[in-house]
Amino acid sequence: MSTEAQPLLSVRDLRVSFVLDEGLVRAVDGTSFDVMPGQVLGVVGESGCGKSVTMRAILQLIDRPGRITKGEIHFRRDSGVVDLVQLSPRGGEMRDIRGGEIALIPQEPMAAFSPVHTVGDQIVEAILLHSHRWQPDRKLSRSEARDITVGLFRDVGISMPEQRIYTYSWQLSGGLRQRAMIAMALSCKPRLLIADEPTTAIDVTTQAQVLALLRDLQARYNTAIIFITHDLGVIAQMASYVVVMYLGRVMEEGPVDDIFHAPKHPYTRALLRSIPSLYGQTRVALPVISGALPHPFNRPPGCPFHPRCPDVMERCSVAVPRLMPVGTSQLASCFLHHEEAEQA
Amino acid sequence: MTRYILQRLALLPLLMVIYSFVIFVIIQAPPGDFLTAYVATLASSGSSISQEQIEAWRAQYGLDQPMIVQYWLWVKHLVHGNFGLSLEYQRPNADLIGEQIGLTLALALFSFFLTWAIAIPAGIYSATHPRSIGDHILTVVNYVGVATPNFMLALILMWVAFAYFDLSVTGLYSPEYADAPWSWGKFLDLMAHLWLPALVLGIAGTARLSRIMRANLLDELNKPYVVTARAKGMKEWRLVLRYPVRLAFNPLISTIGWYLPMLFSGSLIVATVMNLPNIGPLLLRALVNQDMYLAGGILLIYSFLTIVGTLLSDILLALVDPRIRVGS
Repeated sequence: MSTEAQPLLSVRDLRVSFVLDEGLVRAVDGTSFDVMPGQVLGVVGESGCGKSVTMRAILQLIDRPGRITKGEIHFRRDSGVVDLVQLSPRGGEMRDIRGGEIALIPQEPMAAFSPVHTVGDQIVEAILLHSHRWQPDRKLSRSEARDITVGLFRDVGISMPEQRIYTYSWQLSGGLRQRAMIAMALSCKPRLLIADEPTTAIDVTTQAQVLALLRDLQARYNTAIIFITHDLGVIAQMASYVVVMYLGRVMEEGPVDDIFHAPKHPYTRALLRSIPSLYGQTRVALPVISGALPHPFNRPPGCPFHPRCPDVMERCSVAVPRLMPVGTSQLASCFLHHEEAEQA
Repeated sequence: MTRYILQRLALLPLLMVIYSFVIFVIIQAPPGDFLTAYVATLASSGSSISQEQIEAWRAQYGLDQPMIVQYWLWVKHLVHGNFGLSLEYQRPNADLIGEQIGLTLALALFSFFLTWAIAIPAGIYSATHPRSIGDHILTVVNYVGVATPNFMLALILMWVAFAYFDLSVTGLYSPEYADAPWSWGKFLDLMAHLWLPALVLGIAGTARLSRIMRANLLDELNKPYVVTARAKGMKEWRLVLRYPVRLAFNPLISTIGWYLPMLFSGSLIVATVMNLPNIGPLLLRALVNQDMYLAGGILLIYSFLTIVGTLLSDILLALVDPRIRVGS
């Protein structure tokens, strides 16, 4: 097998639970997916479906009372494949990977920078922490790191980079702030970029610019990106492969065209139906997914989607369907397509 | 920034005029005057004094004038740096205050630094280890510290030191150094005596400060920039000190200003109980004996420190927080 076919990141049966006073919340409940080198993977799902928690688990940034209870996260480094779950969250190797090899673009660029440190200062700090990714044989100096920061600002399309590195985040507009955040994420030449709804907090025009920038940078550096969003339109623009999540489980995954044109899982179909179309009839109510997202303490037994599913069968409330290949390129966890259930 | 400071400084004389008037009204308020109190003291010891003599003194000190005239005379002298004469000690008030101010400052500053040196690390520990055993212990200690009146604590500590360790911890010097000129030995002796009153004075402030630090830091630790810093791969303790602690500190900086006058005035009861030679007992005695110009002088210094302290903390806050510095 060639190395190209081997995944960069491989998540297997990941489970994350939060122990709260009210009870146990299983935020991620047996999620599996792969990210290939240089691939843009889109992860879609409603709010609270475990997208962000999964991403934090990859970076080992789950705060108490959350805990990874089961599963493996294999990440391919230069030195070989490591299981991130086995690494100590505050240990040296994990900190080396974090920011160095896997970088995060957070949701809110407003609050993601410290307001009392200049943005340049915070990026310089990241570069100095992973100085070997720029200069393997010696430590970079502060002024070298500053020069790199200026270059990064220019790369992400921030004008007057020499002056802008000395500004505070609250002096920048939303778009510039997100560009600065992208510059920080790219500052150590990561192999994998996790973009956690990077455009939800900014206006639509700026959003289009930021997406174009990310596509451009992805093509230039061939960085793999996990792109998390609840916006299917953004997924269609950005991703080549899509993972659809619901209540902490993967419902369906496959290449972007197949997911959009031939969705297998009833949840994916329902999601796609709820997108307004330019060519649809006007003054007709947009189809919605019936029912509401269950409260996290009351997960339905069996398939998590069965209480809202239009095609629900008797078996759906008893057994949990496995994620199995369906057709040539997709995988779905639904008894409409196969009989395989998870072991109880 | 410079303009802002100048504006605030320009306001200072006006505030001092208002404060001085309020202070004068208050020290004038009790019925009678110094001479009434003096006559009462004499009477209780069996001696007496002729009514003419009293009236003569009253005229000499201007106590027979209307209040506003007395105030005007007082302020006129204050402007020339003259704090007047203590009626009781028959010495210039400036000298009386001057003799005590060195030790008062030493005690206050020592107590202030002790407070911060204990409270900040304790608050950081509590916030970074919430609901741990250490956090619970610190919480209990803090509540006890806030709830215990400091003069009570002073009495208990003095009793414990005396009863179990045969130590006399009142005063700031051992008897052999009390009237000795300054020397290295006297300094060491002072240091050996200073920590206990400083601790007593600072304990409630320490407990309160450490609770505030804990609450501020807990808030900051949940902010997204902490996640960003973790995602960079920073070491946890470095990250905590560099980002959230730095931000949790800002509200505390605005309280620094209140601490200086608070430590001066807060020391009144404790200093009397522990027999410390600072301004506290001097003020108490001046108030009891209606030695009004001495009391007024001391209160005026307190007010001045309050204004300067507030200004100082505002300037400090602007220096450390770019949102205030750049914004204004």
